[in-house]
Amino acid sequence: MIDSEALSGGFTHPVFQSQSAFRMLMDGMARPGTIQTVATDVGQPEPLRTAAGAIALTLCDHETPVWLSAGLGKSVVGEWIGFHTGAPLTREKAEARFAFLEPGITPASFGLFALGSQEYPDRSTTLVLEVAALRLEAGSGQKLTLSGPGILQSREIWIDGLPDSFSRLWIDNRALFPRGVDVILTAGRDLLCLPRTTKIAA
Amino acid sequence: MTELASYNFAYLDEQTKRMIRRAILKAIAIPGYQVPFASREMPMPYGWGTGGVQVTASIIGPDDVLKVIDQGADDTTNAVSIRAFFQKVADVAVTTHTQDATIIQTRHRIPEQTLREGQVLVYQVPIPEPLRFLEPRETETRKMHALEEYGLMHVKLYEDIARHGRISTTYAYPVKVASRYVMDPSPTPKFDNPKMHMYEALQLFGAGREKRIYAVPPYTEVVSLDFEDHPFEIQTFSQNCALCNAHGVYLDEVVLDDKGGRMFVCSDTDNCEDRRAHGHVGEMLAQDPPLGKEAAE
Repeated sequence: MIDSEALSGGFTHPVFQSQSAFRMLMDGMARPGTIQTVATDVGQPEPLRTAAGAIALTLCDHETPVWLSAGLGKSVVGEWIGFHTGAPLTREKAEARFAFLEPGITPASFGLFALGSQEYPDRSTTLVLEVAALRLEAGSGQKLTLSGPGILQSREIWIDGLPDSFSRLWIDNRALFPRGVDVILTAGRDLLCLPRTTKIAA
Repeated sequence: MTELASYNFAYLDEQTKRMIRRAILKAIAIPGYQVPFASREMPMPYGWGTGGVQVTASIIGPDDVLKVIDQGADDTTNAVSIRAFFQKVADVAVTTHTQDATIIQTRHRIPEQTLREGQVLVYQVPIPEPLRFLEPRETETRKMHALEEYGLMHVKLYEDIARHGRISTTYAYPVKVASRYVMDPSPTPKFDNPKMHMYEALQLFGAGREKRIYAVPPYTEVVSLDFEDHPFEIQTFSQNCALCNAHGVYLDEVVLDDKGGRMFVCSDTDNCEDRRAHGHVGEMLAQDPPLGKEAAE
């Protein structure tokens, strides 16, 4: 039996709300380290949060297998994404075009996700990783200094709840360039993009 | 009375937009790399900007202000048609003023005015693969990009020098993006190449027939290929614009009569009109009326 929670929510105006969410993602990818805020409610089931829900509704469809971390996999999130977008769920990280990870999850490596090939580096997974908070001003959390394409000189961000191993995983990911995964960090309604070109100094 | 069926916002269906949007995000993440995408039939022939139109249709929203230029001009056939297309299918505001636009779709020029952060420049691209005329097989050019094997392109530029004494490529001049991918900047005059370097705006490239999308994020290194002893140079013009007296801009030659009469005018019409509105007067406008002498003969 399908949970009624899986059938609720979604964009109320799919054409315009997905366009608006996409422009946030495009601006975010073009300017890594800027924080975009999703204003619309998407009625996503827990433990998925608003920004991550909006990303799923905006980018996923029947062509994009989705991988969910254990906590999300046990919830109704998979059914919700399936009902609203038609995206198939996969247990194979290497098949996933999008992967959603709940907070506190520390992947041992990004290497099991699709990394693309040297000829087609675009055929790689985009990871949507939930953290506790994203900040542009000094505060609690881990400070990261970003540089690379899209950033004039450098940009500083503070992240609460980033897995400890993230910096190490990112160095490994950077070494594969042009292959590698792209990461979107989400915190509630906020999102911040880390394309594979971004260099991170702790 | 039933409502007449109309196009989806911005013409493309939502699934197509999602597919193109995913390609755009990957293109931004890998600057200069050509992402294949499932290009659709558009209600205009290939070569009229179907790639650029699909990119624009996938990113445009009701709050955007669109400017379309063709060789720098707002008032040529291609620019007028594409602008009218988006007015009809997306009901968006359009402008000819570079600074008012949020999205600028362009065919073969970069505006003279510097863009600001948040603006998007969408290029129409006929042949996205810079190595295509050197190696016709896609499987081979893919491998060359994969291995960062760009020797052939340097040989091509060297042969220019051996034959003509200088690099004779004047448009679609190859660039290296973020020290990795060699990219075709679309057939813009090489005059515009230096503008792409550390540009404030996001640059998106769409090739409809060739089914490729690529991108240069803002503040990204874009270096024109050259040699130490034959450094990259842009075109220079000895004249100023005949209408607005601008110097250091890209000029078009306009033939005036069959007696060798000619004038050089700004290719960027918005920049030229803006300068004239601010009181700059070129030599052809200073003659009053411009063709009076000839008419009197």
